[in-house]
Amino acid sequence: MDPAVIDLSRLQFALTALYHFLFVPLTLGLAMLLVIMESVYVMTGREVWRTTTRFWGRIFGINFVLGVATGLTMEFQFGTNWSYFSHYVGDIFGAPLAIEGLMAFFLEATFVGLMFFGWDRLTRLGHLIVTFMVALGTNLSALWILVANGWMQNPAGADFNPATMRMEVTDFGAVLFNPIAQAKFVHTVSAGYVCASVVVLGVSAYYLLRGRFTEVAKRSMTVAAAFGLASSLSVVVLGDESGYALTDNQKMKLAAIEAAWHTAPAPAGLTLIGIPDTANRTTNYQVEVPWVLGLIATRSLDKEVTGMSELVLKAQERITSGVIAYDAVERLKTNPDDSAARGQFELHKRDLGYALLLKRHVADPRQASPQLISTTAWDVVPNVPLMFWSFRIMAAIGFFMIGLFGLAFTLCSLRLHTQTRWFLKLAVFAIPLPWIAIELGWILAEMGRQPWAIDGVLPTFLATSSLSRGALWTTIVGFTLLYGTMAVIEVRLILASIRKGPYEHDEDPQPAPGPIPAEPIVA
Amino acid sequence: MFDYEILRLIWWGLLGILLIGFALTDGFDLGTAALLPFVARSDVERRMVINTIGPVWEGNQVWFILGGGAIFAAWPFVYAVSFSGFYLAMFLVLAALILRPVGFKYRSKRPDPAWRSRWDWALFVGGLVPALVFGVAVGNVLLGAPFRLDSDLRAFYDGGLLGLFSPFTLLCGLLSVAMLVLHGATWLTFKIEHGPVHDRARGYGCIAAIASVALFALGWAYVAFGNIGYQMTSLPDPIGASNPLRTVTAPAAGAWLANYGRYPWMMVAPILGFAGTVLAFVGITRGWEKTSFGGSALGAAGIIATVGLSMFPYILPSSIDAHSSLTVWNASSSHKTLGIMLVVTVVFLPIVLAYTAWAYKIMWGRLTTDVVSTHPDYY
Repeated sequence: MDPAVIDLSRLQFALTALYHFLFVPLTLGLAMLLVIMESVYVMTGREVWRTTTRFWGRIFGINFVLGVATGLTMEFQFGTNWSYFSHYVGDIFGAPLAIEGLMAFFLEATFVGLMFFGWDRLTRLGHLIVTFMVALGTNLSALWILVANGWMQNPAGADFNPATMRMEVTDFGAVLFNPIAQAKFVHTVSAGYVCASVVVLGVSAYYLLRGRFTEVAKRSMTVAAAFGLASSLSVVVLGDESGYALTDNQKMKLAAIEAAWHTAPAPAGLTLIGIPDTANRTTNYQVEVPWVLGLIATRSLDKEVTGMSELVLKAQERITSGVIAYDAVERLKTNPDDSAARGQFELHKRDLGYALLLKRHVADPRQASPQLISTTAWDVVPNVPLMFWSFRIMAAIGFFMIGLFGLAFTLCSLRLHTQTRWFLKLAVFAIPLPWIAIELGWILAEMGRQPWAIDGVLPTFLATSSLSRGALWTTIVGFTLLYGTMAVIEVRLILASIRKGPYEHDEDPQPAPGPIPAEPIVA
Repeated sequence: MFDYEILRLIWWGLLGILLIGFALTDGFDLGTAALLPFVARSDVERRMVINTIGPVWEGNQVWFILGGGAIFAAWPFVYAVSFSGFYLAMFLVLAALILRPVGFKYRSKRPDPAWRSRWDWALFVGGLVPALVFGVAVGNVLLGAPFRLDSDLRAFYDGGLLGLFSPFTLLCGLLSVAMLVLHGATWLTFKIEHGPVHDRARGYGCIAAIASVALFALGWAYVAFGNIGYQMTSLPDPIGASNPLRTVTAPAAGAWLANYGRYPWMMVAPILGFAGTVLAFVGITRGWEKTSFGGSALGAAGIIATVGLSMFPYILPSSIDAHSSLTVWNASSSHKTLGIMLVVTVVFLPIVLAYTAWAYKIMWGRLTTDVVSTHPDYY
């Protein structure tokens, strides 16, 4: 494979996925907030809650369309840019995507039309149910996507079939109830809720600072504070860590995040900060908190957290074993009834993917020298400084969010939220932070999985389509221009909507003071 | 549970149903968008046209997304080979489809006429380009795509974007445009108040119906006499492992019509294609709006089914390597995956159809300029 094609395919995926995920978290969270606000409207019947719901609904709409538009690219990108991946794991990986379409996407897309156009055609309760269906759809959508993504991190319930040269499903339950997928779902969805809460909190704070639309703003802020507090606690407490012990790759991800080059005696300390040095495989200037990592990663004080060097040694053994499986597959290609080869394959099939790592350096893994195997084993280490710093920034923002919402909730409870100006300013400045944390979270999840497209099964460099550099550059430039234009337009429209405020016509109960009419008004 | 052969047939049928479902629902959205600059001239007219599809296009578009997901899950080979093989064409479709949601939502957010006119053209492109490219792609599937598989079953391709365009594939592209424009026009006559827009939609609908019939007939003639088609020279193995390298294919002129001799009932599809389109034409000229919409739906279903049935059991033949051709028997998911996905479909598809019908019912009725210009919820 042309290395440029691999890099460009990865660049394109990263660009389109990170861009898609600018819109999705806000959609996930705002849908839930709309349900809450509209429920209050249905229960109390007060018009201000209808205005509030419709206002945030408009922001939701502007954001939602870009989530949908960029989701189209994601759905088809596996086929266009990762053709060998699609063939190799489509038997398992395609199912959650198809189920997402059928179970979740139809739901949200059908009801979102009614949500915008049905205000006068549905009863209050009917419209609330429609809004709820949209929220349910977006959340189910996230569930199925994360089942698919979780399987890439922990490919349970599937086996390689030499007759079809691909992975095939053996236990669909294991794919569905994959613990990594479940942990990811809770973490990702909560992060989306925090994102939307910060937006509602920040925009409301902006209104309160300006003294505009205060009736809508203070109500919105209260909802966002309560929902945001619960969600930010959920993001951190029910975070991503529960899956780390499961696979070699997740252990490697954890070790890279911690820049743990070697296994330390239990209980492991948490490296708070330091400078990872990739060349010498060591971390300089590190500040450690004793015991904490052992507690987080193993929930015990007596189990070790495996370091990268030890995991590399393990990878080296698996490569050697994988070459035997590879040899068996090659023999089965020429003679599917070769029972000796079949037996050899069954013994070593778990490690087949590790032999494929050698294809980066040698066409036939069976020709690899022991020297090459030991250097290739180091390919399983992801980019350590990137992991190390992404995690620290993400986690710091996570803890800051808990503080922010704890404060917001307290101030709202004490009815001080409309006049504490320093807090209102802080809330406005916090608006971009969830996006930074969320994008770093994806970088951790996906870069931490490298060099694998599917952990232990299919290396990323083999997963691409056989495309030309020209074709890839065309689409990268095309998507960048298109997406860039859309982003500028979207941000402007959202800002214009915020400036215009919640009132669609002129029913604003507190209009800005205008010029005094020149002529006296006569009844 | 069903055996592997039956499941493969069912999923081949479901693939057809999904494509037809897409053409019938999102098809009128595409056709309407392609007609936008022609049938509607003032801003309020354009808003009226856009709002006929405003509440439903999003749900309709899911047929496209579901089509992609279902091909991935049930026909992973087809997904892997076709989408990467038609790489730049897929990019064109995606770029055009990305313009669509944004165009709908953002067009009316600002009163500036230049802003609105730009989005109108974006919507036009978002309707026309996918309709054209889908047809061109189907034409290429009939001709065979230039791909081969190596022993690891990795796909390699010859040829780029321009290679996709030949007189026959352009004919297929134009047929697809005519078919969807007809569907869009019948939708508009059915959904919009009587007036100038309605009359223009009828005019374009008549032209599109005539063009559809003519292009479908020309396409049929090319398939019969144009020296295209493939046939299997090895015995098919309907329960074998999904591995295309075990099938042997040879080009065979006129082979795409052989199925109609073997299974005469298949003639239902082309007959429906012609009859439905003619019915739509009659409906438009007489002012029977439901009939014309139904007729164009039947016509589109017939035309799409004709392509699928003609090629059976091929799904995507290879024009450069006989061994690599993808068929119903060698390109599917495993028995287990097909079974699980069938259960999911049987449970959820009726639910989807039920609430879709409900959503259409809520938004039932003709749009008038009054509603569009007074109501803040409309685009």
